[in-house]
Amino acid sequence: MMHGVRHGARFAIAIVVTILAITSLRGMDLPRDLAPSAVVSQAPKRIVSLVPAVTEMLFAAGAGNEVVGVSNFDKFPPEAATRPSVGALIDPDFERILSLKPDLVIVYGSQTDLLARLERAKIPVFNYRHAGLADITVTLRNLGARIGRGKESDAVAAGIERDIDAIRKRVAGRPRPKTALVFEREPGTLRSIYVSAGVGFMHDMLEVAGGTDAFQDVQRQSLQASTEVFLARAPEVIIEVLSTGGWTADRLARERQVWQALTSVPAVRSGRVYLIADARLAIPGPRVAAAIALIADVLHPKSTKP
Amino acid sequence: MRRAFIIGLCFLGMLVAIVVAPFIGSTPIDFGRVFSGDVALADNVDAQIFLIARLPRALAAALVGGTLAAAGVVFQGLLRNPLATPYTLGVSAGASLGAMIAITFGAGWQVGGVASASLVGAILAVLVVYALATAQHRGISTTVLLLAGVTLNAFFSALILFVQYISDFSQTFRALRWLMGDLDVASYGPILAALPLVVVAFLGFAWLARPLNLLTLGPEAAGARGVNVELAQRIAFFTASLATGAAVSVGGPIGFVGIIVPHLVRLLVGADHRVVLPASTFFGAAFLVACDAIARTVLAPIELPVGIITAMIGGPFFLWLLVRKS
Repeated sequence: MMHGVRHGARFAIAIVVTILAITSLRGMDLPRDLAPSAVVSQAPKRIVSLVPAVTEMLFAAGAGNEVVGVSNFDKFPPEAATRPSVGALIDPDFERILSLKPDLVIVYGSQTDLLARLERAKIPVFNYRHAGLADITVTLRNLGARIGRGKESDAVAAGIERDIDAIRKRVAGRPRPKTALVFEREPGTLRSIYVSAGVGFMHDMLEVAGGTDAFQDVQRQSLQASTEVFLARAPEVIIEVLSTGGWTADRLARERQVWQALTSVPAVRSGRVYLIADARLAIPGPRVAAAIALIADVLHPKSTKP
Repeated sequence: MRRAFIIGLCFLGMLVAIVVAPFIGSTPIDFGRVFSGDVALADNVDAQIFLIARLPRALAAALVGGTLAAAGVVFQGLLRNPLATPYTLGVSAGASLGAMIAITFGAGWQVGGVASASLVGAILAVLVVYALATAQHRGISTTVLLLAGVTLNAFFSALILFVQYISDFSQTFRALRWLMGDLDVASYGPILAALPLVVVAFLGFAWLARPLNLLTLGPEAAGARGVNVELAQRIAFFTASLATGAAVSVGGPIGFVGIIVPHLVRLLVGADHRVVLPASTFFGAAFLVACDAIARTVLAPIELPVGIITAMIGGPFFLWLLVRKS
């Protein structure tokens, strides 16, 4: 499991960072995928997905058999990893994509070169854009309509919404601890700490799970928190989403110990520092509700009643 | 007398910078509380911000800035080239390659992190350049040294790109961030780890001041005046390289300090290394402490990589210097 999830997790986390820059330059919308002409007469039979989150959506909507190519980072569901890989965000292999004779290619909006080449080759595309939590179900439903599986993807989306609502209800009325959601740090040190900030998928997950983002006033998806900023924000809970592999219990304990240097941080004093190694936390796909539940369980343990 | 005054002034500047910098930051803190003995350090946020976040940072900036500036002076003297920097001979590229490898493959390493890997990379680069520069000669050929260093720089850069390309996105991002330089050391550990090498290097620098003065006349002339040219060149090469490697392991390859500070100081005091070396050290320390203070406050709570600040100040200066020379 661990090895399998590792690349997906890193990939998705990196997207959070990358898309931030890209979207701010390009504006959020690329009209191609939203054009009404995107209505297709026939459901695609050969889909290539360069976006792991969307690959998961395709499989969840029952279109797994139509997926003929995936990105280098696709590891879930395990069946997806058996498909030929055709590169990823920065290195899509156009020839490999063509050789799979796709009738739909799922690309990132920032892959402008690839988009232009696919357009020249008259291959339809589905343009993925990464944004907040609410966009996951929107993407799912758009995707379902596009691949002729509106009903199935609507059911998946409704399931996610139901699960998210259930988590909201469970944590409603409980104190919302000020939480730092850390997704990057130089191992063994407190250098290069990156946290989720006021917008985006990770921020939204934390809010649903019943936490208050300690960096919510910063209108960015991520922020490098210097030692000073981290101390000053004084989070009551630190949740570290781990994106590197090979997490033995020993290593987890060692990395958790690193935080002990910041004794004035309430989370450190009260021992509320949690390291969670789970790829779902970094992939804005159909398993997002389960990922939020991981955070909610840490913030609001089920055993303790309010 | 005037020289002693200038060295003293630069030293004073460094002291003032180090003392003032911890009082500046992105967060308003209560300095009364910082120094009050009534609150235990473990509970005292203000004291922790002062002592864990700001003070080590100011000290790291001083150490790195002073070391890079002094190493710049030595390299410019050794290579007899005003455009030489501490990074000209491939030390920083070797250090960067080591750091890239640690970031990409080092997640599960039991010992050593990015800092130690970069130091190892720097030392390996130094040894390779030295072996190349001495292969055909009894002493060091500064021409071969320069060519080998520049070539090795390009070669290591290619390897860095290769490692980055096979790493995934979050690693690539971390690697890129490391290359921009970062002095938020968050503890005194990295400073203490680099200190022995830096101290040894500065002992070498102290001895080098006079030989470097004579070496600017050319190796033959220096030899005629009693300088053991080969020994002086060797000591200059190794001390400056190792000091650079130690500085880069603390703060990443922060650019331009090693070139603009020596030149600024020379404009003020002339070319005598007995003055330029100490004055550059102190001035470089003060300069980087100031740049880092800008980096961490100007867009707070967002922090700018300090390398961007030094480059924005250093780039135009460097160009002006180029134009002025020609």
